[in-house]
Amino acid sequence: MIRYALGRFASLVISLIVASIVIFAVVEVIPGDPAAFMLGVNARPDTIAALRAEMGLDQSLIARYLAWVGGMLQGDFGMSWTYKTPVADLIGDRVWVSLPLAIYALILSTIVAFPAGIYAASRRGSAGDTAIMGATQLGVAIPNFWFAMILVLIFAINLRWFSAGGFPGWGNPLAAIKALTLPAVALALPQAAILARVMRSSLLDMLGEDFIRTARAKGLTRRQALWRHALRNALIPVLTIIGLQFSFLLAGGIIIEQVFFLPGLGRLIFQSISARDLIVVESVVMLLVFTVIMVNFIVDLTYAAVDPRLRVRA
Amino acid sequence: MSRNLIIGAGLTLFFTALAALSFLWTPYDIEVLDIPNRLLRPGGAHLLGTDHFGRDILSMIMMGARTSIAVALVAVGIGMGLGVPLGLWAAARHGSLLDDLIMRGNDLVFAFPSLVIAILITAVFGPSAVNAIIAIGIFNIPVFARLTRSAALPLWERDFIRAARVCGKSSTRISAEHILPNITNLMIVQGTIQFSLGILAEAALSYIGLGAQPPTASWGRMLADAQTLVSLAPHVALIPGFAILLTVLGLNLLGDGLRDWLDPRIRVVRT
Repeated sequence: MIRYALGRFASLVISLIVASIVIFAVVEVIPGDPAAFMLGVNARPDTIAALRAEMGLDQSLIARYLAWVGGMLQGDFGMSWTYKTPVADLIGDRVWVSLPLAIYALILSTIVAFPAGIYAASRRGSAGDTAIMGATQLGVAIPNFWFAMILVLIFAINLRWFSAGGFPGWGNPLAAIKALTLPAVALALPQAAILARVMRSSLLDMLGEDFIRTARAKGLTRRQALWRHALRNALIPVLTIIGLQFSFLLAGGIIIEQVFFLPGLGRLIFQSISARDLIVVESVVMLLVFTVIMVNFIVDLTYAAVDPRLRVRA
Repeated sequence: MSRNLIIGAGLTLFFTALAALSFLWTPYDIEVLDIPNRLLRPGGAHLLGTDHFGRDILSMIMMGARTSIAVALVAVGIGMGLGVPLGLWAAARHGSLLDDLIMRGNDLVFAFPSLVIAILITAVFGPSAVNAIIAIGIFNIPVFARLTRSAALPLWERDFIRAARVCGKSSTRISAEHILPNITNLMIVQGTIQFSLGILAEAALSYIGLGAQPPTASWGRMLADAQTLVSLAPHVALIPGFAILLTVLGLNLLGDGLRDWLDPRIRVVRT
């Protein structure tokens, strides 16, 4: 287990290093002079030179990269060019919208998908199974930002149960959760559809295994065998998907935040893109990639702890 | 043939035909603004109504179909064109350093949140259909590389491949002449699924303004324009969404139907 964990940790570190090099290269190396890019075409040469010095662009590429990474390791993400505040503070404010949104959506999708998948698998071929599978086909095909717009049309504009957008802050937790509800539903729908399909097919695979036949031969009913033996084993692929989905939810939130005018990391990225505030874009993207890679790492380790067979495959 | 296959093929053909027809004819010119006739409801002279500039929505859906299909198709082409050879190569040199490097590279691309990177690419290089294609295409490469490798590996143990080896064929020739034909069905099915994911990704990118730029019509952009009008003229927001939904649904059903028809043992990857 320790060898496996060390191996995974080494690949985690390599992933993070490669990720940071790629992001640094895309943002700072390829577009030419970042200072000129940030200031736009009409900037005066002396303004560009001043910004170049402020951004440290007069130093070598390697020195700049190391300064950026070193800063992030100490929690210093640099200064925003447009906001004139530390990027870490900007992220700190907005992460309390994006992260709860992703977690809320993850909870919703799990709550919907587990019963749906288990029901469909236990009554394979029934009308209920067909209906659930049909619904999941729609769920994976629907663009979630469009679904969000429909939710706004129905629940905010026509029924007036929710507001159409905005976020009141966590001062009033109930109002905050209410404001995140429509976005979380929109975000959760496609993921719930995928999760329900995985749950169903994983359970059906397990129900065909020898140990289920043995359990049935012992006299357990099909349902007892499903609940006591199949479900536990079927959860491994399901948990993998849940781990993967967290990254989809965090990234997908960027678009859903646009629909509901939520002041999260997505809004920050877009505002920074239009203000050409590259330092903010770079750091937020790196933070998202870091979170995704970390979550996958933790998921991998959790499995290996639960299922020793996985330690060998690595 | 299953019901899935028929419905899926029908929907896919329908939208492909709309896109093809737009090269020859659209009911109206979408670059001509007609403000007095804006936000007309469906029916009458404009079958699907008009948008906030008085442009014919049916014509824009037809032009948008062209954009969506072109972007997604080329993105799948990039993924297949690079991913399949990489996968074949890794399988042919199974266990070597090269195999390891290719697979680690794939894992790395998989670890990136694709949407975030697509946003980064289009933000830095400027929003355009071409950059959207590249951003979507890059993330198709590991999907095909992994799938190709895992399908090709067991084939290398089969007798007909051993026979080909004994005949003195190089591993490149064996990959091209014997392995590739045996995994074509799998690639077609996965290609259909990636095509549908590409349509969704293109719609999302153009919705946030990072896809095809005006005057090129795109479904995602139509939705972005319609967002503030949703209470005033719901059809402007509903119609492009249904176009995306039906195209993606059609491709997914087509993929499932093709799988059952070609080879029920095939398992596709869907995340």
